[in-house]
Amino acid sequence: MRFIDEFREPELITKAAQEVRRLAEPQRHYRLMEICGGHTYAIYRFGLHDLLPPNIELIHGPGCPVCVLPMGRIDDGLSMTKDPNLIFTAFGDMMRVPGTHGSPLEFKARGADVRIVYSPADALKLAQSNPDRLVMFFAIGFETTAPSTALTLMRARAQGIRNFSVFCNHVTIIPAIRAILESPDMRIDAFIGPGHVSTVIGCRSYEWVAREAGKPIVVSGFEPLDLLESIMMVLRQLNDGRAEVENQYKRAVPWEGNRAALKAMADVFEPRPFFEWRGMGCIAQSALRLRESFAEFDAEVRFQLPGIRVTDPKAAQCGEVLTGTLKPQQCRLFGKECTPEQPVGALMVSSEGSCAAYYNYEHRKAALTTLAPAL
Amino acid sequence: MCLAIPGKVVELLPEDGNLAVVEVSGVRRKIDLGLLDDDPAKTGDWVLIHVGFAMSKISEADAAEQMRVLALLGEDDDALHR
Repeated sequence: MRFIDEFREPELITKAAQEVRRLAEPQRHYRLMEICGGHTYAIYRFGLHDLLPPNIELIHGPGCPVCVLPMGRIDDGLSMTKDPNLIFTAFGDMMRVPGTHGSPLEFKARGADVRIVYSPADALKLAQSNPDRLVMFFAIGFETTAPSTALTLMRARAQGIRNFSVFCNHVTIIPAIRAILESPDMRIDAFIGPGHVSTVIGCRSYEWVAREAGKPIVVSGFEPLDLLESIMMVLRQLNDGRAEVENQYKRAVPWEGNRAALKAMADVFEPRPFFEWRGMGCIAQSALRLRESFAEFDAEVRFQLPGIRVTDPKAAQCGEVLTGTLKPQQCRLFGKECTPEQPVGALMVSSEGSCAAYYNYEHRKAALTTLAPAL
Repeated sequence: MCLAIPGKVVELLPEDGNLAVVEVSGVRRKIDLGLLDDDPAKTGDWVLIHVGFAMSKISEADAAEQMRVLALLGEDDDALHR
């Protein structure tokens, strides 16, 4: 077992797709939201939506941390590069995200010391090997990523590393799901739940979705067979009139989540009263900041940040795409003013944004004949 | 962004804190196992890796059960039509 190839087995995929078509009752219309951007990416990459009958509609959720980060936060982060002694570090995903005055990569081209790191631990190592420089890590991500930042900060403190700081933009998924469910034009029948976030927060975090909102939710893996099986499980619930939390991704997701990771997060972070999401507005308690006890590592305390707020371009209809009111290609800017090369709106920025995923799929349809390995 | 990939623990490095050598798609990398403190991984275990940290252990038994269930799909129908 290698946990990748097995779940891309063409014969089983054909069988699973047949089962999905069998389960979809012809008189019904199913609107399913996959919350996680990784799922959106996988659905288009593997062409899974082409295997579904027309009465199953996939709506792409807000689980793409790069997409939902407001431009003002990028501007704030980049403003720190005014200090020539600063090394700006971030994941590769962040490098092409446009701020008002350019992306991190464009700042690098103009002379700022901007570096890609694979892990927050690499940013900490960079601080250790450059004791006369200030190293700032631009932290983004949901609960999958936040524990790694937390553990890195705990190590920085334990080792007394003083030239390291974190600009914290970690967000949490539950308040975003709640915001979607409370939005007035919500028309979603069921959710495909995020797999890797759930390794940390566990399936139990979604019990209210079934109980209070009456919506089925199936926590899913990321391979083609995982997603098809999750769609089957959701359809069975909807056909039976059930609303439950189910775990399709049992091989990796414990019902209770990862206690050590949750504890690391709770020790280092606290919820922000409000945080702005691109395309969705301000959501209460939806993001994390460093606790007072970690203030010396908090870039927002250490540096004077302008606290920039940039309004989303009015012409872009990201909010409507996010809530499933519009399909990506129905936005008036899609593929014209807004492309992955020159993104205007949030969802065209990252490969996991629904607009970028859809755009890239349409443009590479011809080339998409093989199921290439994940790396 | 929340991409995580499976890897097999090849060697624990106790002198390096929580680090371990993990084989990911044929490449050996140093991975931090510090987030698995409640259920520590040992050599030979499969783990899910995200930004250099192991997030959870992967259960071979659960994966095998999933494959078994998927392989049975449609078998009943075939039996009916035979």
